[in-house]
Amino acid sequence: MATRVGVVNFPGTNCEHDAILAVQRMGASAELVWHGDTSVAGYDALILPGGFAHGDYLRPGAIARFSPVMEAVSRFAADGGPVVGVCNGFQVLTEAGLLPGALQKNRGLRFLCTTVDLRVETSDSVITAGVAVGTGLSIPINHFEGNYTCDAATLAMLRAEERVVLRYVDNPNGSIDDIAGVCNESRNVVGLMPHPERASDPLLGSVDGTVLIGALLRSVEGAMTPTATVA
Amino acid sequence: MGASERFSVRVEVHLREGIADPQGATIERALPALGLTGVTAVRAGKSFRFDVAAADEADALAQATVVADRLLANPVIEESSVTVLPAGVGSAGVGSAGVGSTA
Repeated sequence: MATRVGVVNFPGTNCEHDAILAVQRMGASAELVWHGDTSVAGYDALILPGGFAHGDYLRPGAIARFSPVMEAVSRFAADGGPVVGVCNGFQVLTEAGLLPGALQKNRGLRFLCTTVDLRVETSDSVITAGVAVGTGLSIPINHFEGNYTCDAATLAMLRAEERVVLRYVDNPNGSIDDIAGVCNESRNVVGLMPHPERASDPLLGSVDGTVLIGALLRSVEGAMTPTATVA
Repeated sequence: MGASERFSVRVEVHLREGIADPQGATIERALPALGLTGVTAVRAGKSFRFDVAAADEADALAQATVVADRLLANPVIEESSVTVLPAGVGSAGVGSAGVGSTA
């Protein structure tokens, strides 16, 4: 059975179809999950795509955290299901407490829309499984609030547990420790500011995003093999 | 339940000390254009006003603090101060909780 990826659609999300297309092109099925839904049953992985959920009012992700679907997303994550937040989705996951830290306005107060070079920092996450540490990826960013921050104790923990998944080679936004993406303790929830779905076709200038999406799909397939599944 | 009175509440949210405040810094850099060179430590924040039905002022403060802590401020980067305003249209009032940072 084909892997099914749910792409969570909040009012104001705007990268959901890009995410669906990128997943479908890699042979999996993907469909929208409305933010008012209270179940994510039947999905093997979830993507919270980019955009401006609930208009980014108050703070990015602050209102989305209260959308009905988020309780189901939290349970899915707690059960070990892969959850990837891209850009605004990353902001939602931090606001929901599924990932540590917060994303504040970019250093310099500039909206950044450019392609950045990234370095894979761990092979132990659902979007980098099987990807060698040190792998370079060229993937677009598109954000105003992408400046990752956390307190010193949290940063020390992230480093000690190797939970920084991606770092910027040339820090564009002031993120602490050049962090572009982090994962939770169980490594099945990942947030990243760069947009892999926008680097999924040669026409878009880069296919490096398929490295991360491919790893996500492989993570799911690995989890679905009989040896890893409790009947 | 005796939630019979309405209280006006103001919540102010600021970035925590030590968290970079690019908005505040940008505002500060604009001030010399006004001929002002002695204005420093500018911090940008948000102010919210709302009404709470509560039994008394302490109850109003408690409810407003839940709103501030769970929604209006992100405790990772922000802190809030909650003020129950005096009856009528008040200015600054009593019952302040939390730490107000600037001015």
